[in-house]
Amino acid sequence: MHNKTIAEISAGLKAGKFSSEELTQDLLARIDRIDGKLNSFVTVTAEQAQAAARAADERIKANKATPLTGVPIAHKDIFCTEGVKTSCGSKMLDNFIAPYNATVVERMHAAGAVMLGKTNMDEFAMGSSNETSFYGAVKNPWDLERVPGGSSGGSAAAIAARLVPGATGTDTGGSIRQPAALCGVTGLKPTYGRVSRYGMIAFASSLDQGGPFARTAEDCALLLNAMSGFDGRDSTSIDKPVPDYTATLKDSIAGLKIGLPKEYFSEGLDAGMAQAVEQAIDVYKSMGCEIKEISLPNTHLSVPAYYVVAPAECSSNLSRFDGVRYGYRCENPSDLTDLYERSRGEGFGSEVKRRIMIGTYALSAGYYDAYYLKAQQIRRLISDDFTQAFADVDVIMGPTSPTTAFKLGEKTDDPVSMYLSDIYTIAANLAGLPGMSIPAGFSNGLPVGLQLIGNYFDEGGLLAAAHQYQQQTDWHTHTPQGFA
Amino acid sequence: MSLTNEEVKKIAHLARLRVNEDDLPTYAGNLSGILALVEQMNNVDTQGIVPMAHPQDASQRLRDDVVSENDQRERFQAIAPQTEAGLYLVPKVIE
Repeated sequence: MHNKTIAEISAGLKAGKFSSEELTQDLLARIDRIDGKLNSFVTVTAEQAQAAARAADERIKANKATPLTGVPIAHKDIFCTEGVKTSCGSKMLDNFIAPYNATVVERMHAAGAVMLGKTNMDEFAMGSSNETSFYGAVKNPWDLERVPGGSSGGSAAAIAARLVPGATGTDTGGSIRQPAALCGVTGLKPTYGRVSRYGMIAFASSLDQGGPFARTAEDCALLLNAMSGFDGRDSTSIDKPVPDYTATLKDSIAGLKIGLPKEYFSEGLDAGMAQAVEQAIDVYKSMGCEIKEISLPNTHLSVPAYYVVAPAECSSNLSRFDGVRYGYRCENPSDLTDLYERSRGEGFGSEVKRRIMIGTYALSAGYYDAYYLKAQQIRRLISDDFTQAFADVDVIMGPTSPTTAFKLGEKTDDPVSMYLSDIYTIAANLAGLPGMSIPAGFSNGLPVGLQLIGNYFDEGGLLAAAHQYQQQTDWHTHTPQGFA
Repeated sequence: MSLTNEEVKKIAHLARLRVNEDDLPTYAGNLSGILALVEQMNNVDTQGIVPMAHPQDASQRLRDDVVSENDQRERFQAIAPQTEAGLYLVPKVIE
């Protein structure tokens, strides 16, 4: 039962082949049995899940079901869930029971999806390996000595291990696409403003965007249908109608113009990765797509600009954690400054502290123009590269990450080398464009992700391109050994 | 840009973060490395380029000036470390 996709589950529930309660029990038991090896969940909400599953079964009987009614999902622990611990992977929020639901959670709940629990993540979504979590690293199901990627590593690993068919994630610099690639699953980062950020704990507000993970593009389309749309409670939400993303999955992609940025195939790209990506491009050629080499000349500036913009916004966003209103408070503070400094010093891990300090420095008096303003100008250059590219091509493709999953501990002592693992994903966040990662083969037994970047609000186009690739290939159906 | 231990200490204080003395050299090394990465931006002439604050250059939406939030003090204070009579408690500020 755990091998079914969301589309299959949805059809099976509707046809009465099994109930949501049976499926939910089955997956909860599987999580209980297997997740000790992976650490992909921070919290499992078994009782709520069973109640939600029973309610979903009633709703299906009453013919009031949506395609997600009764479908088990998990939420990244960055989304506020009313009455359920929402830790954001941090000691700071280890005791935080969210008093309200994020819009994404509310919408999935309204659609009838059954939440099985909250998935592990890098602390405050800051990391590319899931090793900065207060709850310990998540292991990659393809090789338990390797990282699942980050920051949404728990969601990606849980799907790869068949613990849950779909999950939410967030992507600030690649945090959906990179773990999707490293775990061999499908993930989509929507256009900035497509999915509400309300109740999604803020890291870098001008970059953060929630999105779905699943095994197939079709499942991502079903999840995105439920998640997307305008929300007055998010001041940067875009008021634009949401199309039915499942309706366009089969639209012909013959004649689709695919741009390959030469900067994404240069030094630093692992040879096995390059080979797998080239083979994926050949599949698109055989489907009648037109391939064109393009250039995104400012790509090399995306990591430097990101490590000003993201830390600057994080230093401001995370100032709310003060040990006064909620979250961790230190023991016996001697005065107010001591309370602030020790609550934050003890509550945050070292990667979060590094980023807060970089941001504080970049925003401090006399440095604003040299860092933040300069980075926002570079951001414009990067965005202009994409505008030019999309004048000639419909979709941009390349590798999602420069290497396959690396070893646990390999990059933890060197923040800069860790940051460079997001070199192909960050630019889409700076420009606010939608992007996907889909399984495209293996290199030395580890999954390779193909990245697709689309024009603003072209999630439908990306999903169609991804879906049709998945009709021609079976990479997305491979299961890690021991998790079949 | 290379940061000294003293500078790191000052930045940590500005950010209201207590950092152990023993950890200062590691932070100084890491932060200097990150700043060196960031400073690759200086090789680009950005004169006259309009900074980009929002991916779609959208501006902040305005809403009608009406009450949109109810009072939920009790609910929100239920998760606070220390409260009394509807107020958040902190160590004495004024002697």
